[in-house]
Amino acid sequence: MYYTWMIIGMALITVFIKAAIFMLGERAAFPIWLKEALAFVPVTVLTAIIVPMVLAPHDQGLELSWRNPQLVAAIATVLVCATTRRQLLTIMAGLLVFFAWQFGVLGH
Amino acid sequence: MPHPTSLSSFAAGARDTIPMMVGAAPFGVIFGALVAAGPLVPWQGQLMSLGVFAGSSQFIAVGLAAGQVGLLVIWMATFIVNLRHMLYAATLLPHVSHLPARWRFLLGFLLTDETFAVMNAYYLKHAHTPQGHWYFLGSGLSMYGNWQLWTLLGLLFGTAFPQLQTLGLDFAMVATFIAIVVPQLFRLPQLAAAVAAGAFAWFLRDLPYKLGLLAAILAGVGVGLALSHWQALRRAAGSKT
Repeated sequence: MYYTWMIIGMALITVFIKAAIFMLGERAAFPIWLKEALAFVPVTVLTAIIVPMVLAPHDQGLELSWRNPQLVAAIATVLVCATTRRQLLTIMAGLLVFFAWQFGVLGH
Repeated sequence: MPHPTSLSSFAAGARDTIPMMVGAAPFGVIFGALVAAGPLVPWQGQLMSLGVFAGSSQFIAVGLAAGQVGLLVIWMATFIVNLRHMLYAATLLPHVSHLPARWRFLLGFLLTDETFAVMNAYYLKHAHTPQGHWYFLGSGLSMYGNWQLWTLLGLLFGTAFPQLQTLGLDFAMVATFIAIVVPQLFRLPQLAAAVAAGAFAWFLRDLPYKLGLLAAILAGVGVGLALSHWQALRRAAGSKT
């Protein structure tokens, strides 16, 4: 039940965000500073979520080491994305490096 | 007039969205598999895709739920992550403001990153087409059906292999987010915003209720805004001399 409420709340919030401007119609007005701020939201949110996951995948302090497959694969993923700029290719290459490092190099 | 009837316009919208649907497919499968490996039961995963229909916030919610985070934090994260849809809606508004309210609500509900990209390109080419909302509906509904299908396959696939989580499927989320973020980092304000957000997220990671995440977003947006204004000022000064 807990997670059903979580989902219902998320749905209400998202529907409100998505439909509010369209429903306001001609009455909607957007200050410029807000538009500028919103443009930075995707990069900041997603980066803030993954950086701790990559640097400390086991919640036990910094793992700046070649034995951290998350870190190795994340670096590889960034490089593939920056050079090819192709999303699907990037995700596949990242997963490939991750699994290869986890099972091939580290062997577990 | 690009597509004379409502049906041909609808079909063209769906057809032009096919590349986006292919791109979203692995995200849907990964989402379904993450749900199957986490604390939610499968129908709740499908309910989330049906009712929320916003991929990145769905990933974040499942990730946060697995970490025993409270509802308020998950709802706050949903709010912040999905705020960008307001920008999309504001951009497309001039093309839908003449429609009846139920049309505007439906098209708003169906708005995603992908359909925004398709509709933005379409309206740039055909600014005043009477059947444009049918094209919008075709794009949005095909994305919606696509998302439901791939979520379902991920749920089925994920329950068949419950060890996926321990195999490091959460790295799929990391790779997905990197693929979304990196192409946006080629401008200095965006890069600085991401670096600031990442640094704050790291140093404040032990704050309760994921407050560190919220602080990191605020810091990143602040740095990005400051830098883009500074750049604009410098350009203005440069053009005078």
